[in-house]
Amino acid sequence: MGLEVDNTAVMELEEKKAEVIKEDLSPWEIVKKSRHPNRPILQDYLEQIFSNFIEFHGDRYYSDDKAMIGGFAEIEGKKVMLIGHNKGKSTNENIDRNFGMAKPEGYRKALRLMKLAERFNVPIVTIIDTPGAFPGLEAEERGQAEAIAKNLTEMASIEVPIICVVIGEGGSGGALGIGVGDKILMLSNAIYSVISPEGCASILWRDAKFAPDAAEALNLTANALLKHGVIDEIINEPGEGAHSNYEEIADSVKKSILNNIKDLKGLQTDELIQKRFEKYSGIGKFSTNS
Amino acid sequence: MAWYTDTTTERKKAKKSLWVKCKKCHSHIYENEWINNLNVCPNCNYHGSITSWERINLIFDKDTFVELFSNISPIDSLKFNDLKGSYKDKYENNIKKTGISEAVTTGHGKINGNQAVIAVMDFRFLGGSLGSGTGEKILQAANYAYDKDLPYIVFSASGGARMQEGALSLMQMAKTCAGVARLNKKNIPYISVLTNPTTGGVSASYAMMGDLNISEPGALIAFAGRRVIEQTIGEKLPDDFQTSEYLLEHGFVDSIVNRKDMKNYLSNVLSYYNR
Ligand SMILES: [Zn+2]
Repeated sequence: MGLEVDNTAVMELEEKKAEVIKEDLSPWEIVKKSRHPNRPILQDYLEQIFSNFIEFHGDRYYSDDKAMIGGFAEIEGKKVMLIGHNKGKSTNENIDRNFGMAKPEGYRKALRLMKLAERFNVPIVTIIDTPGAFPGLEAEERGQAEAIAKNLTEMASIEVPIICVVIGEGGSGGALGIGVGDKILMLSNAIYSVISPEGCASILWRDAKFAPDAAEALNLTANALLKHGVIDEIINEPGEGAHSNYEEIADSVKKSILNNIKDLKGLQTDELIQKRFEKYSGIGKFSTNS
Repeated sequence: MAWYTDTTTERKKAKKSLWVKCKKCHSHIYENEWINNLNVCPNCNYHGSITSWERINLIFDKDTFVELFSNISPIDSLKFNDLKGSYKDKYENNIKKTGISEAVTTGHGKINGNQAVIAVMDFRFLGGSLGSGTGEKILQAANYAYDKDLPYIVFSASGGARMQEGALSLMQMAKTCAGVARLNKKNIPYISVLTNPTTGGVSASYAMMGDLNISEPGALIAFAGRRVIEQTIGEKLPDDFQTSEYLLEHGFVDSIVNRKDMKNYLSNVLSYYNR
């Protein structure tokens, strides 16, 4: 503690530098980057860093949800179970994939594949990029709430490492439905939020045009979420953002995934599950004085 | 996710006059009759909201309930401000108004002689929204049940995650479900009772994860809001959509139980717990 005084000036300088680099975009500008039309999607990472993708289909109860895909894949020779929200680029692709908004069958397929990963003892990588779970009549009818709740519960005790990467939009329960893991990584211009800024603004500000204010208040950026202990690591995007250099961002994502797989590999199963439980037990801030 | 923000209670109306107007059939009921009937409409069986302590007194045997984790209350860790002011002011007002310090009351006691651990949500407190303190209490109570090998019961009444705590509130869904997962591993029964309303992030976490999901009649139980869905599909939804009856029909709820029968129903089920 004695060194604190001597270092203050240096620390302040460093903090300022960090601010210049990291805080030059407002949360609302980051929201816009996370939704940039050319932002790399799961399909791009599949092409850039995964190979030998063996896709598996269907939830065994109802259908195959194209908004959520998954299967075995290799990342630099390392075998994993890859599961993720499947946004599209063109309008047709997006309609076909429901804009990455999964239905109960999507979450149920994801869970089935996680159980499969457990059988084969391979780590799970989930790629998160969704505006939210699909809000539709048939999704409610088939138990959207139950499907997500089940994943949250089961993922707490899946006996292989789970690494989650938020690459674009982390939309609420629809994101969390494949977002419970040992390490949560997030791209520097991705967002992760309990509600969309527009939705929050229309409820608390009574008008969606206050979305920039809501974006600020919600603390939905990677920097804020790292500070609050919601995520574990930020993957820095190149230049103007991930869309400006696909190869560079893909390479950073690959390195980060591989590092985390390596770190988690040494853990015994009991240890892994206990650590995951402790991680989630520790999230949130409250007073214990009243 | 916390799109359900209607916080009117019949109790408030009751104070203003000797009559209570039923929200469903709009008939006027004498305040005393309404209260004696456990805030349930004698005319149409509409189940009005009740506070967590009223619920606890209804369910537990006299003088057996022991409150746990009552020291937990919210913190405005994001310094959240909206049009109406700060989150801090909001919850401080709610604490004053309700006399409770979070949207859930937790503890243990006896239900017709059967020991159980319980968490009862209170819709008066910020619309029963799931904040960090709420999630903490629900997890702590689950851990207590885990340690003591006691059945766990959660009564939900919530508009969903607490927006004013941002992603920290979202993470309470994962945190509470991690508690449920541990109960599952140890084969400790968890009974979820979904009351009006149980929506958004609460329905998509512990509330739907009961080994038994029980509900009161006519409760709104939903993931997405009706208006959002109507906007998505561009048409009106059926009247009974997202009610407990609708969920029973679609296989997500085990039984619908009237408030006056809830204690005996729960004790009857708990009497099968043999360990
Ligand atoms: Zn009535």
